[in-house]
Amino acid sequence: MAESSESPLVLIHRPPSLDFMDERLSRNFRILDIHTSSDPLPIFLSRHAASARAFVNIGRLPVTAEILSYLPSLQVIICTSVGVDHIDLAECKRRGVAVTNAGDASSEDAADCAVGLLISVLRRIPAADRYVRSGNWAKFGVFQLGSKVSGKRVGIVGLGSIGSFIAKRLEPFGCIISYNSRSQKQSIPYMYYSDILSLAANNDVLVLCCSLTAETRHIVNREVMESLGKDGVIINVGRGGLIDEKEMVKCLVQGVIGGAGLDVFEKEPEVPQELFGLDNVVLSPHSAMITPGSFNNVAEVAFGNLKAFFSNQPLISPVHLD
Amino acid sequence: MESIGVLMMCPMSSYLENELQKRFNLVRFWNSPEKSVLLETHRDSIRAVVGNASAGADAQLIDELPKLEIVSSFSVGLDKIDLGKCKEKGIRVTNTPDVLTEDVADLAIGLILALLRRLCECDRYVRSGKWKTGDFQLTTKFSGKTVGIIGLGRIGTAVAKRAEAFSCPINYYSRREKSDVGYKYYPTVVELAKKSDILVVACPLTDETRHIVNRGVIDALGGKGVLINIGRGPHVDEQELVKALREGRLGGAALDVFEQEPHVPEELFALENVVLLPHVGSGTVETRNAMADLVVANLEAHFSGKSLLTPVV
Repeated sequence: MAESSESPLVLIHRPPSLDFMDERLSRNFRILDIHTSSDPLPIFLSRHAASARAFVNIGRLPVTAEILSYLPSLQVIICTSVGVDHIDLAECKRRGVAVTNAGDASSEDAADCAVGLLISVLRRIPAADRYVRSGNWAKFGVFQLGSKVSGKRVGIVGLGSIGSFIAKRLEPFGCIISYNSRSQKQSIPYMYYSDILSLAANNDVLVLCCSLTAETRHIVNREVMESLGKDGVIINVGRGGLIDEKEMVKCLVQGVIGGAGLDVFEKEPEVPQELFGLDNVVLSPHSAMITPGSFNNVAEVAFGNLKAFFSNQPLISPVHLD
Repeated sequence: MESIGVLMMCPMSSYLENELQKRFNLVRFWNSPEKSVLLETHRDSIRAVVGNASAGADAQLIDELPKLEIVSSFSVGLDKIDLGKCKEKGIRVTNTPDVLTEDVADLAIGLILALLRRLCECDRYVRSGKWKTGDFQLTTKFSGKTVGIIGLGRIGTAVAKRAEAFSCPINYYSRREKSDVGYKYYPTVVELAKKSDILVVACPLTDETRHIVNRGVIDALGGKGVLINIGRGPHVDEQELVKALREGRLGGAALDVFEQEPHVPEELFALENVVLLPHVGSGTVETRNAMADLVVANLEAHFSGKSLLTPVV
């Protein structure tokens, strides 16, 4: 794979549990693993990473301007996530550092998870499972009725690949799909709302799957939740920062909205304790893409980007730095 | 019609109770500990029975109600009604098809996702604080998996349509192959199980389909296969199922129904690869109201000499 006799040096960040790329990485590159050193990061990088042109960020290590300053030769950051809100994109742009993400590699799984959370909230699946396991069905009988999924109006915030896959999955349920995104997309059969407030007012379920940027931070605020209403449900498979989490907790506890299915939170793995007592909430530990299929796909995309970079070919899944 | 006695077999919907009470003389079977006394008291006035998936009209009950004209079931399943006896005595039978098809199919997909993607376990993981100590394990992808459906009626077809949107190839078993259907037919349930990742039970419960999912089928489904039961508990040999799950011979099961509801085998409570629901297939406000309206409409039609809306017999 390498052009010269020595494999290229690649800096990697890899939490111990995410070892799915280890073997292939060490076979093709000289690896500089941030985790192998107990030195403070700035010292480690200054000492060893000065010549590293590529950085593979497995997981979501925040890459700040300061970290970038210790990587003078860096030309590409390869992320295994779809979201890149943990990267200082402005600084990357200034420095001419390209950034790639996972592209579509985990979109199916993320969409499956979103639909799973949606059905689970409306039909109260985890609460019902708890009811049976606790012996309460035998003791007390009838469980509280849920809400019908088929035919619900679903508003999708962000109609990228994940959003489109979610829409496609909900169509045979007879769900009425509409969306909000930065701009209206051509030849899409779904109704477009130019702002999230109208989207919320006209839907029963709001699904968040857009990227987290300065513009979308807290895009779901109290006003949006009041607009969604007491029977409304929020599903978040984007980023915790898309929702004003403190307000959302209040809205759930006060019954301002009807329920929520959340895979992401503002300060993972911290989750507001008030949610633990609620039966109309389904909580997931940022696991929308943790299937073997997604991991394989993500690895393929990452290696594809690495190979392209080192052979001076166009990157496969570059992120727009605007 | 206030003098017409309608016997309701068990609590099933307070909305339905109210609607029946407005129109008829409603007798609540569960209100009296002395059932035989209750029946003796009302035997000459009861002209209708309203049952559901738990309790219907068996031969014994039919014999004790000489004025019985119609059994209107608050369910689509008819396994709790002695249809032969009803036919013999000219008793009409109605059920609630179509109005609950979507809810049951929705739940089937919800169960598949909850099981494969471990949604209940994930929810427990977060609520217990375990997420702070480490990320969750890998789960299993749903999209693209092969779904095998036992029974391609209204509910089976609705499940297939939904699963297709997840790019799932669809297989099915039914008594006869269907000509205008684009899914792959298997003439036996064992073959269906062998060729499917996810097996969904969606056929009616009859003498022929009792324990249609037996040890042979469970073994064919195997350690990577999962069973989804949205039919009736007796469709599955429950003892064999529990054994297979405990021994790791079956990948997982998501069950909305059980052989002796509300009793659920306690050995299942310790397992993480199962999802257990208290028979909520049609359990939404919208659908239960629609079912209740259909029960009332059928009874009103019968007692005003009009055609039944959803007759079975």
